This record gives sequence, structure tokens and C-alpha cells, in this order.
Amino acid sequence: MKKLNRTLQSLIPSGRQLVIGVPFIWLCLFFLLPFFIVTKISFTEAALAIPPYSEIYTYAEQKFQLLLNLSNYAILGDDELYISAYLGSLKVAFFSTLACLLVGFPMAYAISKANKESQNVLMLLIMMPTWTAILIRVYAWMGILSNNGLLNGFLMWTGVISQPLEILNTNVAVYIGVVYAYLPFMVMPLYANLVKHDESLLEAASDLGSSKFNSFWKITVPLARNGIIAGCMLVFIPVVGEFVIPELLGGPETLMIGRVLWQEFFNNRDWPVASALAVVMLLILIVPILFFNRSQAKEMEGRA
Amino acid sequence: MKSFGRTLLAVSFLGVFGTIAQANDKVLRVYNWSDYIAPDTVRKFEDETGISVVYDVFDSNETLEARLLAGKSGYDIVVPSNSFLAKQIKAGVYQPLDKSKLPNWKNLNTTLLNNVAASDPGNAHAVPYMWGSIGIGFNPDKVRQALGADAPVNSWDLLFKPENAAKLKSCGISFLDSATEMLPLALHYLGYPVNSQDPQHLAKAQELFMKIRPSVAYFHSSKYISDLANGNLCVAVGYSGDVVQAKARAEEAGGMVKVEYSIPKEGAGSFYDMVAIPHDAEHVEAAHQFINFLLRPDIMAEITNNVGYSNANAAATPLVDEAIRNDPGSYPPEPVLATLYAIPDQPISFARVMTRDWTRVKLGK
Repeated sequence: MKKLNRTLQSLIPSGRQLVIGVPFIWLCLFFLLPFFIVTKISFTEAALAIPPYSEIYTYAEQKFQLLLNLSNYAILGDDELYISAYLGSLKVAFFSTLACLLVGFPMAYAISKANKESQNVLMLLIMMPTWTAILIRVYAWMGILSNNGLLNGFLMWTGVISQPLEILNTNVAVYIGVVYAYLPFMVMPLYANLVKHDESLLEAASDLGSSKFNSFWKITVPLARNGIIAGCMLVFIPVVGEFVIPELLGGPETLMIGRVLWQEFFNNRDWPVASALAVVMLLILIVPILFFNRSQAKEMEGRA
Repeated sequence: MKSFGRTLLAVSFLGVFGTIAQANDKVLRVYNWSDYIAPDTVRKFEDETGISVVYDVFDSNETLEARLLAGKSGYDIVVPSNSFLAKQIKAGVYQPLDKSKLPNWKNLNTTLLNNVAASDPGNAHAVPYMWGSIGIGFNPDKVRQALGADAPVNSWDLLFKPENAAKLKSCGISFLDSATEMLPLALHYLGYPVNSQDPQHLAKAQELFMKIRPSVAYFHSSKYISDLANGNLCVAVGYSGDVVQAKARAEEAGGMVKVEYSIPKEGAGSFYDMVAIPHDAEHVEAAHQFINFLLRPDIMAEITNNVGYSNANAAATPLVDEAIRNDPGSYPPEPVLATLYAIPDQPISFARVMTRDWTRVKLGK
């Protein structure tokens, strides 16, 4: 009887296992499984059927056959379109991350230096725009940036320009939209980091004759390193795959991988090539993600 | 952050329960183009039959097709264009219509039925709903300002002559973002067959677009409606009914901006949007009832009066508003009708070549 009890108990997971298990199952179900399906589709062949691709395995007469079609990946290498689309996405992601950092750091710094009560209000103001759907906010930008829009109307009214500036449907509009949309994701981790800094370090530095700029550069920035990395990753990674903003604000020459993927999936009905594109994109993004993980791990070590 | 997460959670739960709540028997799920029905058509159908309709909309054939090809779309009525329908029939997406349940079939225009039989042999799977042409939507004041009083608004020369396009650049030109609709247009203008798969023909068509590419503001298949209406564009290659809608919106906004539509004399592409029932539809009986309802002349005429597209219902024509019925853009006279060509249905491998060429045009390199 005791033995039975013990076996039963070992079958019921402990509290610790349950707590770890839930996010683990979540990741398996909503990340790993879909990724396997996409990888599977990337090795099939496009077909006119439901679903529009071939099966990769067959089982007939006790023979199990696995057929991997590698041509979808070969296509990606053959046509310069895909490579330039990846590079285009990486370029947009890089420069908008940089712009977010340049705008977001002073904001986060100022908020962390404000008094306690206004800090919450200021952070709320940063986050509030994200409560509205991104689509609606991007449409609002279309109204601001168009030739007859608010910005051009204002500039013409003040007499700074006589011809409307062409901003909408260009790469400039994409950068504006991306920086606007992702700025909160830069400010939040930076603020969380900056607010924890120990003021006495700066006081000590100034006692020893360090200038304000020198203390900022030699103390605040190095201490904020993990916040900067976290903010940059939170912006960079989703911007690489961004589709909505370049689609609505960008011009025809805005070449980003999200749009090419859409085209393969919808215009060419080629789910396998679209899947191959997605798999390669994920592989490219693994590099910065690993980098991020390593710096996180280092920070944990430093704390311990 | 907490409340943000909570909002998100609440919204996603609403979505889940919303879908479950719809699962009852006397239901019909319709998936149609946006702005493509009269405001009270669905309500009238519900009142007459007691069937409650779940009405969703899409804005591109590609969106619809992706859902259909994924399988189990959940819809009982869908409305693809004929060039897409042809492939979808081959993929086994649709079930044949039971014409004994469609007594109003007799109202359909037989010429148009023959035209669409090219996409759906024997009209076995789909009923033509609305049809239109791909022509030029333009702002007459701005075009004349740029090109003078004798601007060739009734010819593709307006756009395909680089000197004209360059002059129109500053007031805005937009093209549809669709390889399968735009490349045949250039092929036709150059005198090649619209369904040509000859690489040389395609290269010439691409070259034609490349010359005027610097003058094009954007490539998009629906944005031009509002931009024509508010004066952000002066010429758009667009669908007839959408330009009619832009015209109506401009008039509602006070008539400061004028919008007109023309079918160029060289000819233009035409498309038919077709009502069909997916093979895995759950409410086949109700779907037939709905199609038969749509085939009623009074219902169809009302839809045309609201959306500006011409319908395929011969019996409905006398009931259509005179302004639309007599508009040569919407109801073209016989000689113009003869210049229209159907958007060709190309095999998948060639569609990829066309998409790639079109991407080159859009990128300008």
C-alpha cells in the first residue's frame, strides 16, 4: 500500500515542476510545434490542392518514404531578390534600432531622474499609445504624412516649404512609423535599468573631480549596458519581420522580407517557398537572440 | 503593464467566445468583398428566411484564397474573382451548385454566363455576382491642369507615354498592385496576346512599365479609392466600381474634388466576381437559399445602386438607377464591351515569373 502511494505521488508533479512546466508546455505548443510545421512545409512542393503543398512522407507497401524537397531553399539563393530583401530588412531594423536608442535613452534617463510620483505618470504616457491597435496608429500616420496631410499643411502654412514634401510611401515614412511604434519597447527596459542605478556612485565620482559628462559616460552608460541590449533586441528582432508598417507607409521600393514573404504566400500561392523564407529569417535572428541570452546570463552571474 | 495584459486577455477571450456562440443550426456564414453589398440585403434575407447570417469581408482575392486552400474556412458562401475561381475549382475547393434550388438562375445575362464559362466550365460551380473593368480613374481638373484641355483620358497613352506620365507625377499616379492584372494590360497595349507566355513579350511589357516607373507614386489595390476622393491622386488604374465609389465619396465631401472613370479605347481588362459554395460548407441548403435570394432582380439592382458595380442579372437592369445604368463606365455599350478582355488564368509556374517581373517593376530595377 505504501509502495502504491509512493508510485502515485511520483506520478503527480510537484509544485516546482508544475510552475516550470506551464511555460514549457506553452512554448512547445505555440512556438516549437508551429515551427516544426513551417519547417515541414518548407521541404514540400507547391501543388494545386488543399492544402496547397505535397506530403513529405508516404507509407505504402510497408515502405516509409521521406521526400525532402530542397529546391525551395535553392530558390532563395538563386534570386538576388531574397538576399536583398533580407539585407533591406536588416538595414531598416538596424537604423531604426539606433534611432530608437538615440531618442529613447534621453527619455528613459529623464524619467528615471524625475521624482517618484511623476515617474509612474511619465511611464504611463510612454505606454499608453500601445493600448491602441497598431493598425489604427499607422493609419493616423498616413493622415499626418500624406501630401495633403497635417505635417505638409503646417509646413506650407508657416511658409517653410512651398511644395508638399513627399514623405508618405517612401522609406522615410517607414523609419518614422517603425521608430514611433517601437520606441516604448526601447524606453521600458532602459527605464527599468536606469532607475535602479546607485546615486552614490555618481556622487563619489563628482567628489573625485569627475565632470558630469565623464561620470555619465564612464558610470551610467556601462551600468545601463544590459538595459541597452534588452531594448535593442526588443526593437531589432520584431522590426526585421515587420509587415504592416512598410506595407502601409512604405513605397514600392521599400524591400523588406515581410512583404516578400507575403508575396510568396499570397501572390505566388507558394507556401513551401514562403515557409523556407520564414525558416531562414528565424535562423538569421537566432544570432542576436543568442547574444542577448548570453548577456542576460552574464548579468545573472554578476548578481549572484 | 498589468492592465495592458488584462485588456489583451479580455480581447482574446471575446474572440474565442464570439466564435463559439455562432455555432447554431439556422446560420449562414458569408465571406464577401468589403463594400460589396447593400446595407439592408442581409437583414432582408434574415427577415424572410429566419436564417441568421454571419457576414465577414475581405479585401483581396489572395486573402480569400489562402483561407480556402488552408481548408475548413468555415464559410458557406464566398465570392472569388473568376481568374482565381478557375484555379480553385481545379484544386477542389468548391461543390457543384444544385440548380434545381436556384429558380432565379433564369434572370442571369446569358452572354455574361458564356463569358465566365471559360473559368467555370458549364457554369457548374459559381454564379456571376458583379463584374467590372480595370480602367482609368482620374481627377479631370488636375489632369487638364497638367496636360492641357486635350489630355488623352480615353486612352492608355495617358499613362504609357512617358512624357504624359512625367507631367502627371506631381499630382499623383497609382497602379494596382497585381502582376496578373497589370502585365496583361501592357501586353494588350503593345498589341501582344494578353495571355502570352513569351518571355520577349513579357520583357517588352516590363520595359514599358519601367519607363514610367519613376512617375508612379504607389502600387496598391484599394488605397486609391480614398486618395482619388480627397484629391491626393490625379490618375489611378483601378476597378470601375471602386472609382465610382471614390466619385460618390468626393461628392459627399462637398464636391470640391471631381472623379471620373474611363475605359480606354484600346480596351481594358474585365473581371467577374463569382458566388460559390466551398466543398466543406456546413450550411449548403441555406447557401443555395442565399444565392437564389441574390439572383432576385430587386435585390441585385439595389446592390448595384449601392456599390456602383454592374451586375450580371439581366432582369435587374431596368431597376438600376438611371445614373449608373446610363454610365458607359459601369454599363458599357456594345462596341466598348467588345474591346474588353478577360484577365487570363495562368499556370502557377508562370504566375511566379509574372510576380517576379512585377516586383522588378515596383522596385524600379
